[in-house]
Amino acid sequence: MAVHTSQSVAKAAGDDVARGRSRGTGNPPPPSRLRRALSVHWYAWTMVAPVVLVIGVIIGYPLVRGVWLSLTDADERNVARSIGVNQMPATYEFVGADNYVDALTGTQFLGTLGWTLVWTVSCVSITFCLGMVLANMLNRRFAGRSAYRMALILPWAIPGFVSVFAWRFLYNEDRGLLNKILGGAGVDGVPWLNDPTWAKFSVIAVNVWLGVPFMMVALLGGLQSIPSEQYEAAEMDGATPWQRFRHITLPGLRPVSTTVILLSTIWTFNMFPVIFLLTRGGPGEATQILVTQAYKFSFEISPRDFAQSSTWGVLILVLLMLFAVVYRRVLRTQGDNW
Amino acid sequence: MRRGITATALVAALALAATACGGDDKPEGGKSSGELSGTVTWWDTSTVGSEDKVFKKLAEGFEKKHPKVDVKYVNVPFGEAQNKFKNAAQAGAGAPDVIRSEVAWTPEFADLGYLAPLDGTSALKDQDDFLKQAAASTKYKDKTYAVPQVIDSMGVFYNKKIFKEAGVEVPASIADLKTVSKKIKDKTGKTGLYLRGDDAYWFLSFLYGEGGDLVDAADKAVTVDKPQGVKAFEVVKDLVDSGAAKTDATDGWENMQSSFKDGKVAMMINGPWAVADTLAGAEFADKANLGIAPVPAGTAGHGAPQGGHNLAVYAGSENLDASYAFVEYMTSVETQAQTAGELNLLPTRTSAYAKQQAVDSEIVGFFKPVVETAVERPWIPETGSLFAPLVTEYTKVLTGQTTPEKAASATGDSYRKLLKGWK
Repeated sequence: MAVHTSQSVAKAAGDDVARGRSRGTGNPPPPSRLRRALSVHWYAWTMVAPVVLVIGVIIGYPLVRGVWLSLTDADERNVARSIGVNQMPATYEFVGADNYVDALTGTQFLGTLGWTLVWTVSCVSITFCLGMVLANMLNRRFAGRSAYRMALILPWAIPGFVSVFAWRFLYNEDRGLLNKILGGAGVDGVPWLNDPTWAKFSVIAVNVWLGVPFMMVALLGGLQSIPSEQYEAAEMDGATPWQRFRHITLPGLRPVSTTVILLSTIWTFNMFPVIFLLTRGGPGEATQILVTQAYKFSFEISPRDFAQSSTWGVLILVLLMLFAVVYRRVLRTQGDNW
Repeated sequence: MRRGITATALVAALALAATACGGDDKPEGGKSSGELSGTVTWWDTSTVGSEDKVFKKLAEGFEKKHPKVDVKYVNVPFGEAQNKFKNAAQAGAGAPDVIRSEVAWTPEFADLGYLAPLDGTSALKDQDDFLKQAAASTKYKDKTYAVPQVIDSMGVFYNKKIFKEAGVEVPASIADLKTVSKKIKDKTGKTGLYLRGDDAYWFLSFLYGEGGDLVDAADKAVTVDKPQGVKAFEVVKDLVDSGAAKTDATDGWENMQSSFKDGKVAMMINGPWAVADTLAGAEFADKANLGIAPVPAGTAGHGAPQGGHNLAVYAGSENLDASYAFVEYMTSVETQAQTAGELNLLPTRTSAYAKQQAVDSEIVGFFKPVVETAVERPWIPETGSLFAPLVTEYTKVLTGQTTPEKAASATGDSYRKLLKGWK
């Protein structure tokens, strides 16, 4: 609404100015750009002001402060504290890009980044493939379709931490249901969360389980928007089911799938609860992703290393922004209007 | 000054209250009223389901002595309490008045300025009565920041029934532990030892047993990466690899307790804090089935860590006077005797050991000499920080992700980063 109003006002105002000039009656010189923008768009600015203010407070300030902390040596012992009668001023200092140099030249950040990428790529690709299969299956008419749809959306409807805890019980090596079932079948128990490789597998499995409903629902919506005439025409031309999928369904889903892949990548990259609640990054540091490690710096080790934690946070932000830009570029070269 | 007078008045009032009537709470200093009021929030970290009930009852007993005080008992899981308290204390909101602070946390909290100094307040009473080892962790830079509540060490808990079935004796050394475990496995099919793999505190008795230590505070040197440290990592790795012990990288406490309580493992290394919970298990319906012995000796001898808990007062508390009095009450001889009797926890006051309840507890009797010879950690602010790097490497060793040598040197490196300027 606001945008619309301002545009029409701008046009009208522009006309005024033009008329004024053409008359040449010695009016004062045209107002400066800023003043004109203000006088013309004041209504729009007033309307967006609260939003700008709120965003500034809840996103802008923490972001700026995070970037600032990453350029200092702030930790738990040198930040300002005021506890009862004890007043302790801040004594941390500006250290420039030292934290970034340390992070990018050390092995810890790069090692964690490697596993974070493996985790993101495998989670997103498996979730997408499963979601696609399920969406296609549920797009057909069959008895009890809505019941199936409901059941598949269930993981999404349960609060994340509840399902992650449920999985943690299932994975328990001695008392967990999974190993009891395996034991019943005469198979040795699997150290789901105790062996580094199995732990990696286990966290990915849980994240896929949590992520499939979203993919499925989004793709199902996309499928329903593909006109059925296309399928009918293809069938007339003798296209096989695979050809129909390859040349109608996939291109038809493109706008939806590119969006969900981007979203899912960003979410998975920063999927804190699954890792934290299942393994806390363990065993050792086998399943530690960038965000859980940043959390560890800031809340679990002592003295809490706020500087390093914010450095990692800023690096995560930069990586995701780079990803979004590159992704958009690639899509644009392929003809999507993003 | 005002506080000083109130403090003395409180001590006097408490002494009177303890005798009988407690009617006269008029301070000798002539101040109008020394009666305590307001709310005291206490964060307890004792084991839920067993210890917490007793502590809650005891804490509420304070209200009987001071009817105007409202004690709010909150049980915070031990594993989370350190971080929760730091979050709340730093934010200046939501922190309790009194916290049960583990011995290694106390100097750290004090260093961060979160704790109120207790010297000259009513919280400290009969200071000479406290065991020396217990009082050591409450001092930081010549001030007292906490009052010792319980003291503990570790021992081997064993299931006598399984031992009888397998025909084995309690292992005295780690070599014995391996043969005993093997016999138990052969005869009963059960695992010998449960070794917690997700908490480095359980590694300490092996480290001390090999003659190693985390750091040497007197020398300002990191010692965990010395050959003894490497040896200790080798010992625990060998115990797990050989099948003598089983471990977990997550949920260690629950898994340890339930497998021991259900008789799936014959032994665990644990401390007095686990006794009440263990005795609630199916295998220990007959309490006599639980045996406790010193931790198996390494090549350098027995070496159990000395631990315990203190009660500390948050510096930002709005009700300091009542908090001091509460701390005094919770660490008094009577309270300690009661926890010794009901929970088999070890008192920190010498005189409490003479009380009947403490004398009657076999477990207190067993742990008393163990505590006296237990290895004390240096009470520097960083002591509480030494576990985070250690547990990562410890779990890595147990799950085969690194070698003992690499683990020891990685731990040493992070300690040197933490302790600037140490060797």
